[in-house]
Amino acid sequence: MARDAKLEVEGLTIGFGDTIVQQDVSFTVSAGSIFAIMGGSGCGKSTLLKAMIGLLRPSAGTIRVGEEDYWAASAARRAEIGRGFGVLFQSGALWTSMNAAANVALPLRMLTNLDEKSIAALVAVKLALVGLGAAGETMPADLSGGMRKRAGLARALALDPAILFFDEPSAGLDPISSKRLDDLIRELSSGFGTTVVLVSHELSSLFDICDDGIFLDAETKTVIARGAPATLRDECRHPTVHAFMNRERPPGDLAGDAHERR
Amino acid sequence: MLTEGAQTVITLSGDWIACAEGVEAGAPQRILATRTQSLAFDSDRLGRWDSALIVFLSSLRDAAQDAGIAFDPARLPAPAQRLLTLAARPAAAPAAPAVPSVLTRTGLLAIALAAEGIEVSALIGDTVLRSGMALRGRAAMRGGDLIDCMRDAGASALPIVTVVNLLVGGILAFVGAVQLRAFGADIYVASLVGIAVVREMAALMTAIIMSGRTGGAYAASIATMQGNEEIDALEAVGIPVFDYLILPRILALTGMMPILYLYGCAIGIFGGFVVAVATLDLSPIAFIEATRTAVAASQFALGLAKSLAFGALIAIAGCRVGLRAGRSAADVGTAATSAVVASVVGVIALDAVFAVCADALGI
Repeated sequence: MARDAKLEVEGLTIGFGDTIVQQDVSFTVSAGSIFAIMGGSGCGKSTLLKAMIGLLRPSAGTIRVGEEDYWAASAARRAEIGRGFGVLFQSGALWTSMNAAANVALPLRMLTNLDEKSIAALVAVKLALVGLGAAGETMPADLSGGMRKRAGLARALALDPAILFFDEPSAGLDPISSKRLDDLIRELSSGFGTTVVLVSHELSSLFDICDDGIFLDAETKTVIARGAPATLRDECRHPTVHAFMNRERPPGDLAGDAHERR
Repeated sequence: MLTEGAQTVITLSGDWIACAEGVEAGAPQRILATRTQSLAFDSDRLGRWDSALIVFLSSLRDAAQDAGIAFDPARLPAPAQRLLTLAARPAAAPAAPAVPSVLTRTGLLAIALAAEGIEVSALIGDTVLRSGMALRGRAAMRGGDLIDCMRDAGASALPIVTVVNLLVGGILAFVGAVQLRAFGADIYVASLVGIAVVREMAALMTAIIMSGRTGGAYAASIATMQGNEEIDALEAVGIPVFDYLILPRILALTGMMPILYLYGCAIGIFGGFVVAVATLDLSPIAFIEATRTAVAASQFALGLAKSLAFGALIAIAGCRVGLRAGRSAADVGTAATSAVVASVVGVIALDAVFAVCADALGI
């Protein structure tokens, strides 16, 4: 198989100005594993993901990709490391002025020296891998939500990344499309040996495909549990984590009652 | 490659990394040219690999299937076998529709133009009817929105209207001064600037500025709302899109343009005044008197009528283009460009119509 990559986050603090979103976050993502970043809405999952993919500089702490400190590296070196990342954004984030095939081809055209014939062959395979072999000429506006996500995944796979990041991959998808995408993530990860970091609060997806993970808390602004989602569901006694993983309301949660009374 | 009887065993060795080594898209044809009956693999010496290997294997598998040759992936690495299954050849895409003939395309274009004409006429009709209802307080337009649109199309546009009209007035005076001085007719610079600005330039230049500034902004904002499904949301909750979004914009720009025109006239004449007094032997009083004598009230009326029509045209073009825009980010840019081009061309064409009408009326 091609490459594998380990990801180590240590003592990470992220925020905007004086507002701290998460502090002292530490975890390790083993090469080839599927790792979940879990937590309720607004706890900073996507912000943490942004720091990991180079879109937001952390206030403190380190992110090590393989043996390299990502944020300590020069901008040019960070861009080079970033070529080993593939990112699927929540909405797919396809470039709407180009068709699905051109979306996948653009990173190959801009960042490699491959000839057009090779690029066309790679694009065809990436689209076929995500089940969009016949939709290369289709514009993003004409793709369904699930197809847009899959086209985004094909684009994320364009450069054969060592690490794939997913931001809420199942959001907005029906259960069948969601299950198909989960299976695809699992297949691609095991097939190419790609490390996957996945931000989600879709419990069924988390239980289905993740080997390991952390649980972020909005109140304490740090990691309050770690382990495979299924293990956290069955064994974690932290009230917030237990309630979240078992789809229950935490003890003392009166907000919902007040809302219902109104 | 080792051929054992009817079977060919392909030995995969070394690294297969797409971005480093490229892909072997043409290899299947060379392998199948050996006239083998079946293909198998030996991957014991295979190094690191990524999608370069999958591209090679899937193109070989597809070519083998087409040639009726057996393809045995059993001795490939298990992950590669799974990826090969995922990368199944897609079902044939539906055949592209035949290219229509020139006659068909001409007909379709004529139908599209007629449909667009009907839509624009409906928009103009709606504007007239709903404006009447708005005046009687029976439209769903909010006064606050109208005031916001008027501020945006009026007061916010003053700086650029000032700069452009001041320069145009000054340029007219310069051009006139060079020629008229030769005949000792310096005083007619005032007439030249006054008539040109009031009759033509103030209305035309202000309209061109507003096409780029406000018409383009209308198209872009409405197209963005289309893309974000904001217009669908308005319709879904029963808020009339025309009254809420379109009417305030059209009324604001149509109402503000005559005011901007009058302001443009004053600034344009002032620009000419400054240049004439500074470069010619003209006293300020003489310039003002000559301007007052030369510019008739009918020319102001013509300019006002033009600016009113230009304002309505720019606003209707901007809103119409925005409403029919697609839903992607690129469509927003296309809508803004189309609105500006349609407005500028429309303004100049309408100005030509006004020129012919004014000539016929003896203005």
